[in-house]
Amino acid sequence: MSTRTLPLLFINLGGEMLYILDQRLRAQNIPADKAKKVMNDIITTMFNKKFLEELFKPQELYSKKALRTVFDRLAHASIMRLNQASMDKLYDLMTMAFKYQVLLCPRPKDILLVSFNHMDAIKDFVKDTPSILSQVDETYQQLIEMYTPLSNGEFQLIRQTLLIFFQDMHIRVSIFLKDKVQNSNGRFVLPTNGPVPRGTQIPGLIRIFSCSGEELTRLQFNNGGNYSSKTVVCLQVNSAPNPLAKEELNLLARLMGGLEVQKPGSTDTGFRVNLFATDEEEEEALISRPNELSYGVISIQATKDQQANAELTKIMGEFTESGDPSSSASSKGDDLLAMMDGL
Amino acid sequence: MFHKEKSIQLKNSASALYNNLSVLRIAPRRLTYFTVVHANVVNMVSTSWDGLNYSHRQLQSKEPNVATSTSLIMQAAFCALPSRDLLVVSSQKGIQMYESDGSIMVYWHALDTPEAPTAHAVFARGISAVSDNYICVGVSSGAVLVFDIPSKGSNITLSEVLEEHKEAITDIASECSGSQECLANLVTADDGGNMCVWKSGEEFQLLNKIPGLDITCSSVKLWKGTVLAGYGTGQIRLYEAVTGILHAEVNAHARWIYSLDIAPFSGLLLSAAEDSFVRVWHLAITPETNSVEIAHLHNECVTDTQICGAKFCDGDGYAFAVTGYDLSEIIRYVQS
Repeated sequence: MSTRTLPLLFINLGGEMLYILDQRLRAQNIPADKAKKVMNDIITTMFNKKFLEELFKPQELYSKKALRTVFDRLAHASIMRLNQASMDKLYDLMTMAFKYQVLLCPRPKDILLVSFNHMDAIKDFVKDTPSILSQVDETYQQLIEMYTPLSNGEFQLIRQTLLIFFQDMHIRVSIFLKDKVQNSNGRFVLPTNGPVPRGTQIPGLIRIFSCSGEELTRLQFNNGGNYSSKTVVCLQVNSAPNPLAKEELNLLARLMGGLEVQKPGSTDTGFRVNLFATDEEEEEALISRPNELSYGVISIQATKDQQANAELTKIMGEFTESGDPSSSASSKGDDLLAMMDGL
Repeated sequence: MFHKEKSIQLKNSASALYNNLSVLRIAPRRLTYFTVVHANVVNMVSTSWDGLNYSHRQLQSKEPNVATSTSLIMQAAFCALPSRDLLVVSSQKGIQMYESDGSIMVYWHALDTPEAPTAHAVFARGISAVSDNYICVGVSSGAVLVFDIPSKGSNITLSEVLEEHKEAITDIASECSGSQECLANLVTADDGGNMCVWKSGEEFQLLNKIPGLDITCSSVKLWKGTVLAGYGTGQIRLYEAVTGILHAEVNAHARWIYSLDIAPFSGLLLSAAEDSFVRVWHLAITPETNSVEIAHLHNECVTDTQICGAKFCDGDGYAFAVTGYDLSEIIRYVQS
């Protein structure tokens, strides 16, 4: 469908991943310098110039497997090591979080505001490192240039493309269940109250006009909900981490299981990160996000992509421990992955 | 006024696409067909009126060459012509036409897709039977393809390309087939809310353009010379087709409208939106006196669901069916 969806998908999922990792690193008392290095390394990889150049080209969305592979590589672009279960849980959380945001956007264009919020948070993570910050800034500019001119109709197409990508994902996330933003069947709660989006009137009014344009009749009807017209503006405020966040991360951590340390490389000492050892830790990972992006519990059902994807098999086949990019990468995902491996 | 009936289970869930439900009533065989789009698959269910028999079929969008890439389907709709019924499926790659039971594909029209993807997506969306022998399908470029349909067989031809819209077509609607005579019998709508009103024929004639306000018109219907349009702001507007005069404006929904349907024999109007609500209205239109009345009759809330399709199951509006994003069932309602 929309050929401009991939950058938004990647940046927003990446942003969610960084929130969670950041919280986890702090909750695990990873030494500040190591934690910062992890964040910087991942963000540097995420905003690599050539990588983004490829990403921003008009193209269809990747398959679920291909995108998951991209994030696997991204999560391992530093000295931090995650085991399979942790990576699974991390990815589940990231995708359900973004699915929720996409689904509940009052207007399709609000997806751009969500993206800007993620970008702001990323900028904050690297604010002390000018070289990476300038990369992020450049990408921010690209986002603005590419997406601000789009109409609401074109954004709705982007949103519909994203919703097809997230279709049938109903993984239950405990913090979301607890906050009653997700039902026990894994579906998000869609309120029939609250403010109507900018540009929309509260349902209830019927107006009949004469041929000359004057209003003849006004009728009211019951809209069955409880709407208000107070406009909600997505503020770009970086809120301080919520102490309760710790609790949530613990939960996630418990669900995700501990991390196994891999044999450290010859020079850099890798370190073990219990990504989400307890439920509380899981919740913490989610609560610590800025308020305007807060969401309730999201049920995620890990989808199993049954189709043998020839392109993906090829990508997977090119993974080696040494991570050398294949020079004969031909399918679209290969180029990106090759670049990531080569960084 | 309406109560919920037993739902029809689907093989997979509905995608978030405009007008994502089509219904065909086959009275002689006491059957009703439903189609719902899921990504690159059309789910077809055939139900017997006694509620005892259900059969399912899935159609995939045709991939002429590439085995691995997906071609997402934008819409699947039944087109009922006097001589035959066809199922039309519009996707990113082109337009397929099947016999109404989905058994045989009778026609395939490929869209001009560029070698490498461009910033503007290419797809077909907006499907309607027009008059006695035409089917019109919209394209993302704004073009409307007019296909000439013979009373039987597969000798379907592209008869005309209407190029008035500059933005992607969202929906197409018509009225007056068979013996009725109408001044205007086709309306086409686009992403900017602009609408064109046409009269069909060997050469389609543009009768009127109703400008949009940069707000997507996602669903449109034509009834008694009146355009019924549903918008992304949740409004429904009623325009006189040939003059463009605005007769009524309804603040109908709190979110983007995804589907409108009219029961032509009773004047019942159905609207459904992302706000989880389906609403039933009554329209009274007297073309002679230019009077239009619209009254709200009923609400149904499909909890925690963004509705993407809503259609009456019969011309009187005795029953209607609803689909929602991520929902693997067709919910049905019947008048009490």
